[in-house]
Amino acid sequence: MDLRLSESDEAFRAELRDWLARTLPELPTEPARDDWPARVRYDTDWQRRLFDAGYAGMSWPKEYGGRDAPPSEQLVFLEETTRAKAPYVGVNFVGTLHAGPTLIAEGSDPQRAQHLPRILRGDEVWCQCFSEPGAGSDLAGLRTRAVRDGNDYVVTGQKIWCSFGHVGEYGELLVRTDPDAPKHRGISWLILEMDRPGIEVRPIETLLGSSEFCEVFLDEVRVPVENRVGAENDGWRVTNVTLSFERGTAFVSEMVDARQLAEELRPLTAEPADRRELGRVLAALDALWALTVRNVTQASRGVVGPGALMFKLAYSEARDRLGELSMRLLGRGAFDVHDERVEERLRTLSIPIAAGTSQIQRNIIGERLLGLPREKSWE
Amino acid sequence: MNFDLSDDQVALRDGIRKLCEGRFDMARVRRGFDRSVFAELAETGVFSARADGFAWADVSIMFQELGRALVPGPLTWSHLAHGRVDGVVGGVERPRGGEPAYLEQIDVLDALVVLDRDGVEVVAPSALADSIELDWPLDPLTPVRRITALPAGERVGDAGLARTWRRGGALLTAAYQAGMAQACVERATAYGLERHQFGRPVGSFQAVKHLLADMAVQAEVARTAVDAAACVLDDPETGDVDRAVSGAKVLAGDAALANAKGSLQVHGGMGFTWEVDVHLYLKRSWVLNATFGSPTAHAEALAR
Ligand SMILES: Cc1cc2nc3c(=O)[nH]c(=O)nc-3n(C[C@H](O)[C@H](O)[C@H](O)COP(=O)(O)OP(=O)(O)OC[C@H]3O[C@@H](n4cnc5c(N)ncnc54)[C@H](O)[C@@H]3O)c2cc1C
Repeated sequence: MDLRLSESDEAFRAELRDWLARTLPELPTEPARDDWPARVRYDTDWQRRLFDAGYAGMSWPKEYGGRDAPPSEQLVFLEETTRAKAPYVGVNFVGTLHAGPTLIAEGSDPQRAQHLPRILRGDEVWCQCFSEPGAGSDLAGLRTRAVRDGNDYVVTGQKIWCSFGHVGEYGELLVRTDPDAPKHRGISWLILEMDRPGIEVRPIETLLGSSEFCEVFLDEVRVPVENRVGAENDGWRVTNVTLSFERGTAFVSEMVDARQLAEELRPLTAEPADRRELGRVLAALDALWALTVRNVTQASRGVVGPGALMFKLAYSEARDRLGELSMRLLGRGAFDVHDERVEERLRTLSIPIAAGTSQIQRNIIGERLLGLPREKSWE
Repeated sequence: MNFDLSDDQVALRDGIRKLCEGRFDMARVRRGFDRSVFAELAETGVFSARADGFAWADVSIMFQELGRALVPGPLTWSHLAHGRVDGVVGGVERPRGGEPAYLEQIDVLDALVVLDRDGVEVVAPSALADSIELDWPLDPLTPVRRITALPAGERVGDAGLARTWRRGGALLTAAYQAGMAQACVERATAYGLERHQFGRPVGSFQAVKHLLADMAVQAEVARTAVDAAACVLDDPETGDVDRAVSGAKVLAGDAALANAKGSLQVHGGMGFTWEVDVHLYLKRSWVLNATFGSPTAHAEALAR
């Protein structure tokens, strides 16, 4: 057991730093947060640069154009790019981290050939249309219907909270193809071209006043059967296969930022109570960094340890404490959301909700890890 | 980078766990620390481990297991002093400003080490004849004597040694507490499955399930912090030693206390009894939070 990076990891770090130092000054200035066409150009331009330099798809297998980097290199990559204040994954999020890996694991050859190279180069933007007004935590209760008609599915229903829905060219769409089967067994996974007739996308304003996610209305939208990923009614399994793909690195950039913010708060803590709280937050963030390193180590051996199921809950709480501490220390300075720390406080309110709420995380830990009785209503 | 237990470390952990299950079951633990406990632990190498070539990471794994089983005694001090002061060794930080000192396990000690600003002293237990045994100590497994004025002893180490011992002591105490925190999760979970109310196991109620989930997370995060601190102590280039050790002491101290209390809550009325072991974990966590720096003090140090 050790925390030492290998020589080749350090060599990778040096090479990456060098590339970042040359590349970042060439970037255009960051667009305004509501200028979506400009944001798409900016984020996909960054993805293209990563691709050209061989840094796109760090975790993707080589045969699909990825780097197939060892987990330690993925960690170094995320750490260094975040520290250097390189652009975030932005609108490339769903494509590179979710849809791409799903197609790698479950897609047909033509689906892979069509999408994977374009996702890696930043030529395609994806969004995720899973949640519905009536199906959030209970995602498997989704009701958007897909009825087979010749070589098409005819899809009708409503999706909500689709991040980047208004700029996505493709959507990951979960639909109900068998309304009579038990709820987990009647779901299929479709690739949705977002410009098909019958689709209406309406942005939702977040509590930041920005529009990061959307409602998507589907009215008899025809989707070719060949767009289905995996077998009919096997969509629930397809959805879950992808989750193991991140190998525990999902929150690395987040955490680098959080630790940096915590360091910046150090000189502001004059009161003993605030110093102690900062100390506790620092301890938690350090430990969560170590937990990430552990999860990544285990994932590289195909092991899913308890830490993998616990990380998000623990991080949600540490991040909330950090956010509250920064608000307290800023005092009336926090009235101005242009202060990045205030914006961060607002943005991070979504962490205990998105991608499985903290209550759902506790259910999972209690039932899968501790072996406590499952709720009857899950089935 | 391989931040997970090696095969040897898994074997070490399992070996100590088996030893504890076989030799230090709760009936024996409840009889408290004595020379036979010391002798058996010494034979296993708990005190000589680093002299025998084991790393801090290994010793920390041993102490996590000892804490899980709540094996009593001045284990940390005896480990730190090994090779410098022989026998059963206890220790204490010299109180500032002439306050009384609370000394643990004096009746079984060969020597008491005292840390202060200038270094390390050794005091013979015979010099503590003035001390008075507490007839109602907080932790029944940690007998305590109170002495108004702690006599001066023989200096055996400088301020550098005292610092090293404080650091090692904080790490091993944190390791022990991380093990305690984990034991509380396991015991409370087992009770949550066994105890039925309203026709079902109480662990199926979400309020209880979520409490147990939070306890499990706290224990795991603490354990990770302890492992990381031990690795940094073994290889200081990979981090900041003081920061890592303080972080471990904060998280393990908080986890041991919170999980003992959580366990008490899950046990209901049974948790308030002498018979059930929960109170022993809770009381020890208070004792250890007042040893080698409180979580609060370490948190302050981190923020400086
Ligand atoms: C910033 C952000 C981005 C998102 N992006 C996407 C996206 O791109 N695509 C997409 O499909 N979705 C997205 N989501 C949706 C997200 O996955 C859901 O919001 C989330 O799963 C919770 O569902 P809900 O909002 O319907 O809350 P609900 O499920 O209605 O939950 C309401 C409350 O009830 C609690 N609760 C529910 N069930 C239980 C239970 N069994 N036990 C205990 N408590 C329970 C919850 O914890 C919560 O406190 C996003 C959400 C956010 C905030």
